[in-house]
Amino acid sequence: MRTKQMLLALLTVLVCSSLMCPSLMFAGTVSGKVTYTGTPAHQKPIDMSKEPSCAKEHATPIVTETVVTGANNALDNVVVYVSSGVPDDGQVPAQAVTYTQKGCQYIPHVLPMHVNQEFDIVNDDQTSHNIHPLPKVNTEWNKSQPPGTAPIKEKYDKPEFIEVKCNIHPWMHGWFVVLKTSHYDVSTGGGDFKLPNLPPGKYTITAWHEKYGTQTADVAITGNETKDVNFTFKATAY
Amino acid sequence: MNSLKPMRCIRAILFATIPGSAILGSAIVGLVFAAGLTARAFAQEAPEVGPLRPLVVKPMESHIGNITGHAADAKDDYRRYCAGCHGNYGDANGENAIWLDPKPRDFTIATFKCRSTPTGTLPTDEDIYNAIGRGFVNSNMPIWNVFTKQERADLVAYIKIFSPRWEKEKAGDPIKIPAEPPVTLESISHGKALFTKLECWKCHGPAGQGDGPSASTLTDSKDNPIRPYNFAAGGNDSRFKCGNTNQDIYKIFMTGVDGTPMPSFADVIQPNDAWDLVHFLRTLQVNRHGKENEVLMAAHGVIPPYVDKNPAPAAAPADNKSPGGGQ
Repeated sequence: MRTKQMLLALLTVLVCSSLMCPSLMFAGTVSGKVTYTGTPAHQKPIDMSKEPSCAKEHATPIVTETVVTGANNALDNVVVYVSSGVPDDGQVPAQAVTYTQKGCQYIPHVLPMHVNQEFDIVNDDQTSHNIHPLPKVNTEWNKSQPPGTAPIKEKYDKPEFIEVKCNIHPWMHGWFVVLKTSHYDVSTGGGDFKLPNLPPGKYTITAWHEKYGTQTADVAITGNETKDVNFTFKATAY
Repeated sequence: MNSLKPMRCIRAILFATIPGSAILGSAIVGLVFAAGLTARAFAQEAPEVGPLRPLVVKPMESHIGNITGHAADAKDDYRRYCAGCHGNYGDANGENAIWLDPKPRDFTIATFKCRSTPTGTLPTDEDIYNAIGRGFVNSNMPIWNVFTKQERADLVAYIKIFSPRWEKEKAGDPIKIPAEPPVTLESISHGKALFTKLECWKCHGPAGQGDGPSASTLTDSKDNPIRPYNFAAGGNDSRFKCGNTNQDIYKIFMTGVDGTPMPSFADVIQPNDAWDLVHFLRTLQVNRHGKENEVLMAAHGVIPPYVDKNPAPAAAPADNKSPGGGQ
């Protein structure tokens, strides 16, 4: 059974790479919505008065982004990815992803990327930042980036969920999510996510939220179809 | 003194306070200890609960000049002199660790503060060797000048057994430091302009007193509070964490102090500009007698505002933007 499945997968990969049409071949899609039950933690407004150049970028003070919710109990900033099923094809996306510092905030708050994929860190502010990711598995570095300097280009060679800090502006907080797969999405604008281009097979889909942890769901894709998978996190106020 | 070596601190202190019984005591304890050693084959005293995890002393080496250090030879020295704070397993969980601030280095993550190599890379063997000999000012890490060069090299090799990074990675390439230009009022003035522009003052304070707006919020990579360096404290002999020469200061901000909020400025400061910053930083050490403060004194202690004599000649003619239009 397993050999048959692997052969099928191998065949699809071969056919596909020869035709160079992955998006047409793999029509399976997993999509859904991330929601919460309970009462999420109250997000406090950030006092940026110590950094006037950033404070004036925000008409009203922005709030912390530990828990970002939307209408109908939608939960944003959840990384949804295929944690098992798709063999790690080792194909690192050539396109770099970008992490921007603007208004003393990280945009996006959560940046998923593939292992060894390059990412650019950009400073759009009129103030210096130091980019200080705090990995435990990958190596730790800490770089200064004054305004108007070139993007910092980096990559991580091991999968890990890495907290990102700016020591100069202690409210700045974000995440690098380094994954073994390129099948990932972040729930945004109402908790929606979509994982397209999945070849037929059995998958484990994992959803990770920085405060509420992980959830998994198993799903089988048999062909040209869209499977609905929804995640519900139990929100706690503390 | 050799017979005292394997004994633990507490005993040493006890005998120091009761000098009369010291010789007799050490003889007795020596006997007891020798018996214990054979019985437990050099194992540390067992903790209150459970057996000690086994520790594999990998055959790591260090190379300092023509000295080769061997991890196996540092086993006793490490347990006697280092494990109390850094822990038997190098995980910074020695029995004294909870009382210390800043915390001892955790060798299992192999992140080191004082390096001659870029941020995120492993230090050279010399970097660690020098750190052991120099000690860490404003911390509980003393100057270990009691070790011979060989013993110190052995310890450098020993701390490599705690992290697999030492088997997979090479040390980074030491940064290139150009020859130091002479100290002038202009270099100090340019250094001050950089200190302002690069926002060193956000943590270190406008006068380098460690009281910048972000100073009170700083934490290290293990979430322990940490203070930015106060340049103005201390007298003529005040030291930096990673050494006391101008080259050492250069290295600190061009490589960063890994594991702390202090980032690397290697990508944003040109090598010669870095020397100007070094000269200015020296003037923040107000009680130090050095050439930088002499130059400043000759100018009656006033640093003139920096005037850029060559305002970016490469960037301006390339396009037709008005000066100062781009970033």
